[in-house]
Amino acid sequence: MPIKVEKLSHIYMKGTAFQKVALDDVGFEINDGELIGLIGHTGSGKSTLIQHLNGLLKPSEGKIYIDSIDISSKEVPMRLIRQKVGLVFQYPEHQLFEETVYKDVAFGPRNLGLDEEQIKVRVTQSLKMVGLNYNEIKDISPFELSGGQKRRVAIAGVLAMQPKILILDEPTAGLDPKGRDEILGEIKRLHVEQGLTVIIVSHSMEDIANIAERLLVMSKGKIVFFDTPKSVFREVDVLEKIGLGVPQVTYLIRKLQGLGFEIEDCVSIDEAKKELLRVLRGRTS
Amino acid sequence: MMKNITIGQYIPGDTSIHNMDPRIKILLTLLIITILFFITNFIGYVVFSIFLALIVYISKVPFKLLLRGLRPLLVIIIFTVVLNAFMTQGEVIFRFWAIKVTKEGLILAGLMGLRLVFLITGASILTLTTSPIALTDGIEKLLNPFKKIGVPAHELAMMMTIALRFIPTLLEETDKIMKAQMARGADFETGNLINRAKAMVPLLVPLFISAFRRAEELALAMEARCYRGGENRTRMKQLKITRLDYVGIAVAIAFCAAIVGSRYV
Repeated sequence: MPIKVEKLSHIYMKGTAFQKVALDDVGFEINDGELIGLIGHTGSGKSTLIQHLNGLLKPSEGKIYIDSIDISSKEVPMRLIRQKVGLVFQYPEHQLFEETVYKDVAFGPRNLGLDEEQIKVRVTQSLKMVGLNYNEIKDISPFELSGGQKRRVAIAGVLAMQPKILILDEPTAGLDPKGRDEILGEIKRLHVEQGLTVIIVSHSMEDIANIAERLLVMSKGKIVFFDTPKSVFREVDVLEKIGLGVPQVTYLIRKLQGLGFEIEDCVSIDEAKKELLRVLRGRTS
Repeated sequence: MMKNITIGQYIPGDTSIHNMDPRIKILLTLLIITILFFITNFIGYVVFSIFLALIVYISKVPFKLLLRGLRPLLVIIIFTVVLNAFMTQGEVIFRFWAIKVTKEGLILAGLMGLRLVFLITGASILTLTTSPIALTDGIEKLLNPFKKIGVPAHELAMMMTIALRFIPTLLEETDKIMKAQMARGADFETGNLINRAKAMVPLLVPLFISAFRRAEELALAMEARCYRGGENRTRMKQLKITRLDYVGIAVAIAFCAAIVGSRYV
């Protein structure tokens, strides 16, 4: 289910003194089954962009096609789009409201008008997808869970809509390193096993370098880069100028290159390890 | 969606009305609103409207904003006018089926409507020219003498300040949670009254939880900075009565005298 965005602009409070251009002539295409990282400084328009992708915001100008359907047109039922494109907001655990985990995850499917049998199947599946044990957790109040568990229940609540595209706004914000790795691992697995198209917004260059296949870099409502992490992270100067950076290990490799080591660009620790070993072994032999 | 909330709609400015001491401004507003009920004849209303127009002119508050402030109370105004017009006994002007309109009724309705409009406008000028913080400061000072009989003046003022401070935050939060639930297929816009009320649950529960969480965090943050309520607390902005305030008081008293005088014209 490809995503195609054409000449998209969004202006908040248009025509008032507080008018603000959040998106300025944005255009890109995302293919089926890609895992895209979306990075940008605070206020660069990331959140505005992702809210457009499932119809929560309407473009001031431009078009958005999901699976060749123009979702900015009025005739398209919102329910259909919301079901195709799952959006997990920042701190999604703040949206939990039901008495039990089961009921909360069932909220989405119930809104879709499914019957109890189907709802149960979906709740079981989505809880499993985020690595929670259905039988243990289904009758617990979501408010008694730990932070990481709450977040997973909330993500399961979106997965229960069975979207083909999953968008996550800073899914790891405020989690400890273990929780972060688990969530990222599960997202990666969903992407691989279910073939979901995934868009992750993140402020951590490391996380995004490890997981994303392509990076969409935004600044001041415009797209600066849309390329593989390797090519994007080559542009250190531009990235730093727009308030971003590159992974620590990329800085290290660049320093080494500056010192005359013949070493390839790297964006992840694993890559760097291989490269360093290769270079060091080459020296000794 | 909630843009029509006018509470605390302060228009910053540097006019004589803006710069008056909030205590004096509150008291004078109360005085002027009270005097409104002493008006019995047409001349009184003329005097009052000239005075009000003068204040609006000095304060440079946009006329459009004052009108907008009247809108939410339009129903009450119309209700009052209609009721007065039809229910007053006297010289009948015309009759339609069981409804009769009297001359006295029309006059009374007009005056009552004007009275309400003036009342709201007067109060709006106060809130439009006084920042919420100054307003609560003023209220706190005015309530201070009542502390002896157990009125928690400082606490009330602090609660008001905090409430005002959190209105935008809560609106933002509401918007966020609404969107999150809409992303899960929630529908807040269609359906009958009962269904719509039910649809509010997924919004209200998280909103309350977050409000309580914020309240607790704020309380902790305040205690961490040794907040202990009103006793011996000094303030950054000391309220001071200036010459401007004396002028204001004099003008207001003169005005009141004129209104009371107009009763005997």
